[in-house]
Amino acid sequence: MNRKQKTMLARILVSAALLISLGFVPVTGVPRFICYMAAYLVIGYDILIKAGRGILNRQVTDENFLMAVATIGAIALALYEGSGDYTEAVAVMLFYQIGEWFQSCAVGKSRRSISELMDIRPDYANVETGGRLEKTDPDDVEVGSVIVVQPGERVPIDGVVIEGESSLNTAALTGESLPRDVGPGDEIVSGCINMSGLLRIRTTREFGESTVSRILDLVENASSRKSRSEAFISRFARIYTPAVCGSALALAVIPPLVRMLGLGLDGGWETWIYRALTFLVASCPCALVISIPLSFFAGIGGASRAGVLVKGSNYLETLSKTRIVVFDKTGTLTKGVFEVNGIHHSPYSDAELVEFAALAESASSHPISLSLRRAYGREIDRSRVSDIREISGEGVTALVDGRSVAAGNAKLMDSLGVNYIECRSVGTVIHMAIDGEYAGHILISDVIKPRSAEAVSALRAAGVRETVMLSGDSKRVAEHVGAELGIDRVCGELMPADKVRKVEELLAVKPGREKLAFVGDGINDAPVLSRADIGIAMGAMGSDAAIEAADIVLMDDDPLKIAKAIKISRKCLRIVYENIVFAIAIKLACLALVAVGLANMWLAIFADVGVMILAVLNAIRALFAPKP
Amino acid sequence: MKKSYKIDVDCANCANKMELAAKATPGVKDCVVNFMTLKMNVEFEDGADRAAVMQEVYRACKKVESDCEIFL
Repeated sequence: MNRKQKTMLARILVSAALLISLGFVPVTGVPRFICYMAAYLVIGYDILIKAGRGILNRQVTDENFLMAVATIGAIALALYEGSGDYTEAVAVMLFYQIGEWFQSCAVGKSRRSISELMDIRPDYANVETGGRLEKTDPDDVEVGSVIVVQPGERVPIDGVVIEGESSLNTAALTGESLPRDVGPGDEIVSGCINMSGLLRIRTTREFGESTVSRILDLVENASSRKSRSEAFISRFARIYTPAVCGSALALAVIPPLVRMLGLGLDGGWETWIYRALTFLVASCPCALVISIPLSFFAGIGGASRAGVLVKGSNYLETLSKTRIVVFDKTGTLTKGVFEVNGIHHSPYSDAELVEFAALAESASSHPISLSLRRAYGREIDRSRVSDIREISGEGVTALVDGRSVAAGNAKLMDSLGVNYIECRSVGTVIHMAIDGEYAGHILISDVIKPRSAEAVSALRAAGVRETVMLSGDSKRVAEHVGAELGIDRVCGELMPADKVRKVEELLAVKPGREKLAFVGDGINDAPVLSRADIGIAMGAMGSDAAIEAADIVLMDDDPLKIAKAIKISRKCLRIVYENIVFAIAIKLACLALVAVGLANMWLAIFADVGVMILAVLNAIRALFAPKP
Repeated sequence: MKKSYKIDVDCANCANKMELAAKATPGVKDCVVNFMTLKMNVEFEDGADRAAVMQEVYRACKKVESDCEIFL
């Protein structure tokens, strides 16, 4: 509780005590009025001031105004009737303030629990100068400086480890509780906490460009895009409050007039004015205007807690309607790292063949050549290679240690007139020919992420109707991966532009209410990410483009998080709808009861505060991600 | 030119009101009030006097929600 809340609590207690004790004290007349007014002003003076200011600023239709009019009206009626029953007015104000106080505490609590989790801003960086550590503002650290991160400290800036080994706690970034081990040469992202050893890090980015700054920026700007539900509520409140004030006025004036002029009866003004005032109390739209933004706020908070960053509540809303999920293959469902997975039909030893291949491909920077070099594992001695000829779309030929080596696909073998053996496994096959003789082939394939299959079935369980995979890879590879993961539709051999076209086709045929999500690793998917109803980028840790292009960013590479994100959004939206329906239904029922005279002011304020407390409690549920 | 200010406000709807008020202030190109982090991100028009504009924003916000605070 902050000071404001404590003062409020004190006021509530004082006023409640006054009210209760006054019930036992038989004072009458003016002293009675003064006593009750004391209790009333203790609890409601700020509302009266606010209402007065509102009138001056022509902002009359807010809840302060409603409360002020209703309670002052009730007091005036009591005075006029001489009944001395001021309890009602004080109680209305009291309950209203209890509701406000409760809401303020609830919001404060959920804000704290979110901000604790997002509290990843590092305060300083340790820069080593002349053998001494100096605490510096991370903003002042230049790219390429060496910083030291001690155990227990937060990594302030993205970089590469140059010395030391340790395990990192990435929970604040990814929601993943398993620590990550790092050693020299490993990239390291800011925001992680160094758990065990001292690390020396060469920074690769400025602080402003580092992961932690980008994430904070994203989270802090998250509410810029309003969801349709929120827009609905603002529109609703704009129409609703004046409409209610009008109805209350009508309720106070029309029935008595009709009775007097039309039926020739006594007007019964007191009854109808009382009903109108009660109507005003009952009408207060607090439950709606408070709980809807609060639900989204809690939903986004709960999502970021699980390592899912949502850029705005509208995306949470769209995500909840997702029925079609389109995946990019490489880097999303597979690791995007090509590895040598097999060597077949070779008269040479595996190591020898890989050595020949790596040397022949030494001039190329293609991912395939890189993976061959990785498999070779040693420095390439360029002097052993000469006469390198790259044949685009086929492969390379070169002289290695004086022997002619050809490495490439089936086309290359055909053009060299070498008989090759077709590979039965799926992947990229590099046929090798040495001195014009077939020397077997090397199978290189991408590795499917361990949780991809689980992710696809989890999506289906979460109500996704169709899963599609788009890939730039060959049809055979794409289909193989698709079948293994249980994906409904697979499209291979697509250029980046084809992917956009494919997504547009899918968008054109789907029913309008269903939404299409595209999931990519954000590196070359930017156009597709922005074209889909909702773009989800994986692995924000390290990829800059991902954070820019996507609507939702998954902090780590785990595809299982997609289903989780959808579940979180569904839960949040369900809560929003529950609150809308519940609050409006109770409100309308209450208003109807009041209009026909079946409910008094007590019931009205109970209904109002009760609905609000329930709606706020319900909204806070969105903070907790559903169990998988 | 963008700048972020710390604010204090009690309810999410009040934050929305502040945002609308700030957006309508001359010299403010765009404004986002984040209730979650209690931050107000203001994007100023080119060549606007930041301090003067923020005084106006503050006045406008006080008008719609007297209980709010902007830490300038």
